[in-house]
Amino acid sequence: MELVSPSDYAKEKVQSVQEYARLAARSLVNLFKRPLYVADMLQQADLIGFGSLPIVLAACFFTGAALALNSASTLDRFGAETVIGQLVSVGIVRELGPVLGGLVVAGRNASGMASELGSMVVTEQIDAMRALGTDPMKKLVTPRVAATIVMLFFLTILGDLLGLIGGAFVATVLLGLDAHQYWSSTWQTLVYSDVFTGLAKPVVFGFIVATIGCYYGLSTKGGTQGVGRATTEAVVASMILIIAVDVFITRLLMVTLGT
Amino acid sequence: MSTPTLPRESIVAEHQPPSLDAVVFQDVELAFGSRVVLDGISFRLTHGETKAIFGVAGSGKSTILKLALGLLKPDAGRITVLGEDITEMSEDQLFELRRRVGIVFQESALFDSLTVRENVAFRLLEEGNVSEEEIENRVREALSFVELEHTVDLFPSELSGGMRRRVAIARTIITHPEVLLYDSPTGGLDPVTSNTIIELVVKQRDVYQTSSLLVTHRLQDAFTMGTHYFDRAENKMKPLPPDARGAVPMGFLILHDGHIIFNGDLHELATTKDEYIREYIS
Repeated sequence: MELVSPSDYAKEKVQSVQEYARLAARSLVNLFKRPLYVADMLQQADLIGFGSLPIVLAACFFTGAALALNSASTLDRFGAETVIGQLVSVGIVRELGPVLGGLVVAGRNASGMASELGSMVVTEQIDAMRALGTDPMKKLVTPRVAATIVMLFFLTILGDLLGLIGGAFVATVLLGLDAHQYWSSTWQTLVYSDVFTGLAKPVVFGFIVATIGCYYGLSTKGGTQGVGRATTEAVVASMILIIAVDVFITRLLMVTLGT
Repeated sequence: MSTPTLPRESIVAEHQPPSLDAVVFQDVELAFGSRVVLDGISFRLTHGETKAIFGVAGSGKSTILKLALGLLKPDAGRITVLGEDITEMSEDQLFELRRRVGIVFQESALFDSLTVRENVAFRLLEEGNVSEEEIENRVREALSFVELEHTVDLFPSELSGGMRRRVAIARTIITHPEVLLYDSPTGGLDPVTSNTIIELVVKQRDVYQTSSLLVTHRLQDAFTMGTHYFDRAENKMKPLPPDARGAVPMGFLILHDGHIIFNGDLHELATTKDEYIREYIS
């Protein structure tokens, strides 16, 4: 393995960040430029949104159920099992729904984008596209970014609902609580800032997943081995970024919304 | 047998400014990291000429094609394509120029998720202002040129290597480009299929008089192109009579260690005294 000097390594990393920033910015700017590939956006929305629906719903349902179970054992000590609905709703809507949805979509779609675009790079299809007068950024990146943002937003809404249903299942079937009580406490606890926080996050996470997936795909070097490496790196980078950015968004929205 | 006359298509003639070269490289340099690939490359491709580029693997042959299309930028020097300096052009400006230049990639680079029809029609579909009927007609015309009309609904994975190259040629010529760039169009193909591809290149040269750069490892392909012409009446490639060899617009360029060590015609190549070149072509 070739040794790389620290300065070259640092330069390479700075350049990568610069290239990623350029790709991310162009993906958004292209939304306001023609041609706008609406058919490609719809196709990606189908692949990303409906394709991810079952796993996002399953992940959120079981997480809601697990959250209710864990909360119950603690709340039982204080005789406060009736507030399980409040804990589940705030936990799912503010934090777990968006983050889980983001992570699941990152695992499924950042890898898909990186491998698809990476394969196109190593088989010269991206160069062919440029040679045929089509901008791959407009044709391939922007539709994926737009579709991921929109679909993750709606996936999160459905995921939140399934998370609450998972909590309701545990609360009523396993713990014997009253269903009406669970749902009314869930409903009454949620305030505007909770919902806003929970729905602002998937917009940012969707942007991260798609731009990271596309960036690693389009930066692929080294044949099929490079495609594999790009796929893995895209998943790891997008997941880490989602978790890290989540902290900053949460804090930022707390300060902004005064919660 | 008389010396063949080569027909000229009005499609090409109306675009070509006669006083300008199709492609000009002036002192072009390019390095990937510390590895110098091209060092002071200069040559001209005149209108209607086909120039075959030879060199050992990694000598920068394909890089020259990518530079000519603006897919790569040179570190130094100037590249002019169809009278326009592309060295400082932005990607958006290059998209305009690329409508007039076509490339056939080494491994065809067909879009594997699209059918042959969609691949061939890609540029027309992207332009968006061409009727479906017109697209269908032009796809049929381009596929008929490469004799692959029956593959129109197939996917690239269902085609043989030679068929994929021919579809790539059809995709490239559908808009009648003024300059064609072929990157090892016969690489890895059997001799019969290679000959079919070379016949198509010769047909494009002699029927449409398209200026072309052709990268190849196979000397016999370039020699075939230098010693044959396309007979339009019989719709096939035929050998030139011995006294007419060199009558076709065919040049040869050999790269070695990032430099051009030969740039001339078939006669000059056959009579060169350069030891390296003699060894290379023997």
